Amino acid sequence: MLTLHCPYCGVDADETDLHAGGEAHLTRFGPGASDDDFEGYLFTRKNPKGVHFERWRHAYGCGKWFLAARCTATLEVFATYSAQTVAPPADVRAAITAKRPDWSWGDLS
Amino acid sequence: MSNAISALEGRAVAGDVTVTDMGLQGMISLRGDLSDKALTKVCKTVTGADAPKPLQMAVAGPNGFGWMSPDEALLLVPYDAVRDGLTSINNVLSGQHFLASNVSDARAHIVVSGAYADEVIAKVAPVDMHPDSFAIGDFRRSHLGQVAAAFWKSDANTFHVICFRSVAGYVFDLLAASAKAGPVGYTS
Repeated sequence: MLTLHCPYCGVDADETDLHAGGEAHLTRFGPGASDDDFEGYLFTRKNPKGVHFERWRHAYGCGKWFLAARCTATLEVFATYSAQTVAPPADVRAAITAKRPDWSWGDLS
Repeated sequence: MSNAISALEGRAVAGDVTVTDMGLQGMISLRGDLSDKALTKVCKTVTGADAPKPLQMAVAGPNGFGWMSPDEALLLVPYDAVRDGLTSINNVLSGQHFLASNVSDARAHIVVSGAYADEVIAKVAPVDMHPDSFAIGDFRRSHLGQVAAAFWKSDANTFHVICFRSVAGYVFDLLAASAKAGPVGYTS
């Protein structure tokens, strides 16, 4: 069972209070984008074994979307942070590096 | 004028922990900037309660001012006072970005009271109800069994539950069954 700390209301929310929103930090390709970019935006998702960044919504609580960095293999949660970020903040990346020194995710590491 | 009735029409179950429908409860849902002084001031005028801290319900007599999310509050007032309350809020906050609505008839208000009331809630919600972590005045939105609900602790043995009217029967039966099943002995 997953317990995530909601950065908006401060509750340690149980998984049953949350709604999963898939991969975080997507770059949107909309009108004017190439077909390949648009297809990638719509359908191509990372599915790593290890460090992953995800969107979650505190659906039964405060209703806010937030982002979480966790390990898909062990369910270890490294950090949760505001959804108003385009990339993982430095402290989140440091927290991951402390536990998984050789992590990588897309262009990040 | 229609004859307003609560969803549960005053149902009550007696026992070591009693589960009681509180009848008609005036509720105003207010979305807006909770750090705004004009907003908290008019809420105090309407309810008599000071602005609550996050995850708290500020109680003032029969009224309450609850923190629902960073941009949402729940005001509890007598059923007949909702219209006046809404008028005050709309007058004071006119021109600002906010939304106040009367949700009294959309919801139900149930009280769980008795020696192991905390365990009655703990059995059906994913929340740590131990007195050390859920104190008097704490307010939490979560779910009871299968449905969304919010609850706060008004004294050591009393919890108030608010849920949607359409699921009031389910929530009442769930709490009554949880109370009937007895304590688990974790918090006492």
